[in-house]
Amino acid sequence: MWNSLKTMWIIFLHMFRRRVTIQYPDEKPGIPPRWRGRIILSRDPDGEERCVACYLCAAACPVDCIALQATEDEHGRRYPEFFRINFSRCIFCGYCEEACPTDAIQLTPDFEIGEYDRKNLVYEKEDLLIDGPGKYPDYNFYRVAGLAIGSKNKGEAENEKPPVDPHSLLP
Amino acid sequence: MSELARNWLNIIVILIVVFSFAALLSWIERRLLGVWQDRYGPNRVGPFGVLQVVADAIKLLTKEDWVPPFADKAVFVLAPAIIFATTLFAFAVVPIAPGIGVADLNIGLLFFLAMSSLGVYSIVLGGWASNDKYSLLGSFRAAAQMLSYEVFMGLSLMGVVMLAGSFNLHDIVTAQEDLWFCVPQILGLMTFAVAGIAEARRLPFDLPEAENELVAGFHTEYSSMKFGLFFIGEYVGIILISAMMVTLFFGGWQGPLLPPLIWFLLKTSIIISCFILLRASLPRPRYDQLMAYGWKVMLPLTLVNLLLTGAIVLAWES
Repeated sequence: MWNSLKTMWIIFLHMFRRRVTIQYPDEKPGIPPRWRGRIILSRDPDGEERCVACYLCAAACPVDCIALQATEDEHGRRYPEFFRINFSRCIFCGYCEEACPTDAIQLTPDFEIGEYDRKNLVYEKEDLLIDGPGKYPDYNFYRVAGLAIGSKNKGEAENEKPPVDPHSLLP
Repeated sequence: MSELARNWLNIIVILIVVFSFAALLSWIERRLLGVWQDRYGPNRVGPFGVLQVVADAIKLLTKEDWVPPFADKAVFVLAPAIIFATTLFAFAVVPIAPGIGVADLNIGLLFFLAMSSLGVYSIVLGGWASNDKYSLLGSFRAAAQMLSYEVFMGLSLMGVVMLAGSFNLHDIVTAQEDLWFCVPQILGLMTFAVAGIAEARRLPFDLPEAENELVAGFHTEYSSMKFGLFFIGEYVGIILISAMMVTLFFGGWQGPLLPPLIWFLLKTSIIISCFILLRASLPRPRYDQLMAYGWKVMLPLTLVNLLLTGAIVLAWES
């Protein structure tokens, strides 16, 4: 009996405690920067698409929600012809981000992607592509990769030595 | 205004007020539970979320009103009406303030006890007509619980009757002019409170419903407004028990300064809040504990109270 009354008193005192509820639509919750939310495709600092359409994200995706088709521009630079993520399937595991060799695909702290129509959850490339470099502001894949492309020839990438003529290495 | 018109007005106003207050109580309860659990409770629909009640009502009304094919149809439909009717009938004898109240029966207390006992039929019939194991278990529990708690519920009030010398609720209230019966009848108040909670099937004693063991107990199979009737019936039951506690132990409408009606509403609201606090804080006992508590603790306690009160009243008068 005494215990019950004490319990009731303690519960009554909870009236004056701070509320733990976040009044969500009015008051936004603080989301950590590494939160795995809506997926985006980023651009490199020069404003070009980072994605090289290697299919590694699609291969890593456990629910097969990523679809893309690779193609090449006139300089031999690969890019996706289309890039489609079905967010009604996506489980936001972040494996695509981990698999991506060029840091193109990234997960953002945005979680407000609810839709009334299911087919609106299929995001095309123009929905996914953003204008900035995302989490990695300075990284440019084609500037560090030893691939001849456009005006950049072999040996002109950052920290890359000029190519060696194998015939000159003969003893 | 003629006597007849006054009576009708009384009946209609009390009916509407009780009904809407019972509906509102579902929101008040959720808000208060929220407050006591460090959250807010429903606060989105309308100012402070008051219109949540309307939203819930619309939801209930638009749900499919389903009668299971294996159920006993007539009884299944009748059961929720019984509980609603009996609790509202019992309200007829509650003296809310001088001149406000439906009936001034000279056996008002007995009428209240009779009506609250009839309420158990609703639960037993509802569980039986549902023809399903959970419902049946729930209604068995309800029957056993009601039987054992009804016994000392009546007995716990007899002390009040002895002190007031009447079964008339008006007389009982006026007899508390100098001293509220919660002082001389503290044991009676305690036992009546326990019996009242059990009678209203509120949380520490909500074994007939027991969500986590029996789904929803006796109203597992009910949907739509039939479920709504059980729900409103339960809330009217809470208001009824609180109003009876005020009438019998806390001086009814009596109090200084404020008008009688305000006093009555104020006291009733406080008791209702206590009921909700009880739900927020106490766990549900095991079934055998519940029965043992009823028969081995509460019943002897009421008998002792009855004997003591009787002896003292006798000694006083001689």
